[in-house]
Amino acid sequence: MEILVFLVPLALMLGLAGLAAFLWSLRSGQYDDLDGAAWRAIADDEPPPQDVPAKH
Amino acid sequence: MQVTRDFSHYVRAAGTGLRHIDLAVEGVHCAGCMAKIERGLSAIPDVTLARVNLTDRRVALEWKEGALDPARFIDRLEELGYKAYPYETESAEASEVAESRFLLRCLGVAAFATMNVMMLSIPVWSGNVSDMLPEQRDFFHWLSALIALPAAAYAGQPFFRSAWHALSNKTTNMDVPISIGVCLALGMSVVETIHHAEHAYFDAAIMLLTFLLVGRFLDQNMRRRTRAVAGNLAALKAETAAKFVGLDEISQVPVAAIHPGDIVLLRPGERCAVDGTVIEGRSEIDQSLITGETLYVTAEQGTPVYAGSMNISGALRVRVSAASEATLLAEITRLLDNALQARSRYMRLADRASRLYAPVVHATALITILGWVVFGASWHDAIVTGVAVLIITCPCALGLAIPTVQTVASGAMFKSGVLLNSGDAIERLAEADHVIFDKTGTLTLPDLDVTNAADIPADIFGLAGRLALSSHHPVAAAVAQAAGAKSPIVGAVEEAGQGVRATVDGVEIRLGRPSFCGAEALVVGADLDPEASVVAFRRGDERFILSVRQGLRPDAQAVIAALRDRHIGIEILSGDREPVVIAAAHALGIAEWRAGVTPADKIARIEELKRRGARVLMVGDGMNDAPSLAAAHVSMSPISAAHLSQATADLVFLGRPLGSVVAAIDSARNALHLMRQNLWLAIGYNMLAVPVAISGVVTPLIAAAAMSGSSILVMLNSLRARSRTREIM
Repeated sequence: MEILVFLVPLALMLGLAGLAAFLWSLRSGQYDDLDGAAWRAIADDEPPPQDVPAKH
Repeated sequence: MQVTRDFSHYVRAAGTGLRHIDLAVEGVHCAGCMAKIERGLSAIPDVTLARVNLTDRRVALEWKEGALDPARFIDRLEELGYKAYPYETESAEASEVAESRFLLRCLGVAAFATMNVMMLSIPVWSGNVSDMLPEQRDFFHWLSALIALPAAAYAGQPFFRSAWHALSNKTTNMDVPISIGVCLALGMSVVETIHHAEHAYFDAAIMLLTFLLVGRFLDQNMRRRTRAVAGNLAALKAETAAKFVGLDEISQVPVAAIHPGDIVLLRPGERCAVDGTVIEGRSEIDQSLITGETLYVTAEQGTPVYAGSMNISGALRVRVSAASEATLLAEITRLLDNALQARSRYMRLADRASRLYAPVVHATALITILGWVVFGASWHDAIVTGVAVLIITCPCALGLAIPTVQTVASGAMFKSGVLLNSGDAIERLAEADHVIFDKTGTLTLPDLDVTNAADIPADIFGLAGRLALSSHHPVAAAVAQAAGAKSPIVGAVEEAGQGVRATVDGVEIRLGRPSFCGAEALVVGADLDPEASVVAFRRGDERFILSVRQGLRPDAQAVIAALRDRHIGIEILSGDREPVVIAAAHALGIAEWRAGVTPADKIARIEELKRRGARVLMVGDGMNDAPSLAAAHVSMSPISAAHLSQATADLVFLGRPLGSVVAAIDSARNALHLMRQNLWLAIGYNMLAVPVAISGVVTPLIAAAAMSGSSILVMLNSLRARSRTREIM
């Protein structure tokens, strides 16, 4: 049962780390544009040749 | 005269040497648009950031301070095929955004705390039936307390604040039993932990907060989204005015940057964005958005003009007045304030439910405690059981029952072009049993249409349309639009107050007043609508007359029929002249109408209907409708409405068809039905759980299971509000 001395603080730290990550993502505006973020992931980074009209 | 565009009002500093502007952009709806805009704008030298927000349809731009004029961005977007307008965050929207972020932060804290407390609780639950040592259990309970207490203190703020607010106003709302339940559960758990007891309820308390915050966040997010769209629409309407910055030099500036005493130019075909007095020029103005009256008024030196009136024929110089001294506006503001006060007395379904629910629950808990004491249990055991009753009956599902339905239903309405201004509008709309329509701009379209197009040869009509493109007059614009004209005639000359003329293939053509085209004889002989404006067209010796008027909305008749099918009373209250109102009432088959009514008369009529027990839905667009929109049980406005009306209305509908009114009523009724069903589900669930709690056998495991079970059931039921509203046509 001595293992609890490590596991309990570890679990608490992981929980806090998760919370910190969530708060950071909230602060950096990652929840501001959920629709756009979905598309950004699959957008190509290559610049197009020249002003190709976009298709909707 | 030189015109410049001045956007400095919208530009703000963003760090050292950087400037920032937000633009609302029309027509962005896919990843392609997003990439095209971002690349197109980043290509401009000195631009450091160009980022599209696809949810809110906006672009954030940052550039190095210097020679770059923000007007260049708008031009570039125009080249790319998008219409953009500078956007300013209204304070209402900014506070919704801040509130929404705060709730999300609370939700995050509560959810992470719940996960961690659960991780400690599950070993305790399983350890209690196996071989866990009491010391280990105590240790786990203390750890749970360490996590749950600060988390609840932070994440419970929205509930505690609202409960405190309600109690200090000597009323009660849903948050009062929630706060009592959470505080008691946490307090008792601490006491139990100190006494090395077997059960603690930290997990139940924090889980309760998490579920309730989900409901609260969904509700808030729905409002935030509506505000964002409404804010964009306001920006796209481009409230700007042409301000004189020199004797002969004007600059197109946003209305917010105009101050009393400034002089603005009002050109023909422009809608006035400010209140003021004419100091030079002579014209006719259309005040239908303000008074409901469709007949034009003559404006000359000294005539007051109000925001929302349309200038028809000549250019006017207007001196912007300070406060609206105008009696009409002052009167409307006063009526509006009174009506809004009356509105706030409406009690939401959730609060009505909690008013019944809270005393019952608290009484049950008290009776449980006393009952156990009477039957010989110790005070300690009796209180533990009483608190267990409170925890298990805590309105977890009740807190989700209404927000989840509201969120899903408002999403469905959003898709059918209806925006919700206030959260409880769904409940009130579902109860409506009498509809009052304003005529001008509501039953009729806000823009003009040619009614006798069929009587005119197509080639002549097409030519008249092309000629009309050269004029700013609204009637000419209507002719051009009806004819679908694209290419203007080169060399057309506009004669102020008369019409336009040009020469095509050696033949002179004219469009304008009948006298300008020598067509008076035709007008005298013709049987014309009393409401229509008449314009004449002449090619050589051929003469035609065109009758232009506000047409009824395309589906008005079907909407009236659909409302009648739903046993909803219908009437027209209009500020317009009697013959015009009669014509519209006859065309739609509405028996009850009143013409020439003032804003005060409209309210009187609504009050009279209220006394008879009717729940009135008011549909109107004019500034004169704003007080009655506030006085009615529930109200709707088209998006073309005056600012004041749109801000007052509970719902705003987009587009030309009136069908959204019926669609909104249908989805509201469906949603109210689901809300009631959800409340009954939640109460039914509690009825099953309460006897278990009273009997004193509730363990934290049972409490957690009961809470999540009922919440999930209610959420699943809410999703049924997504079912498509039936087509009315």
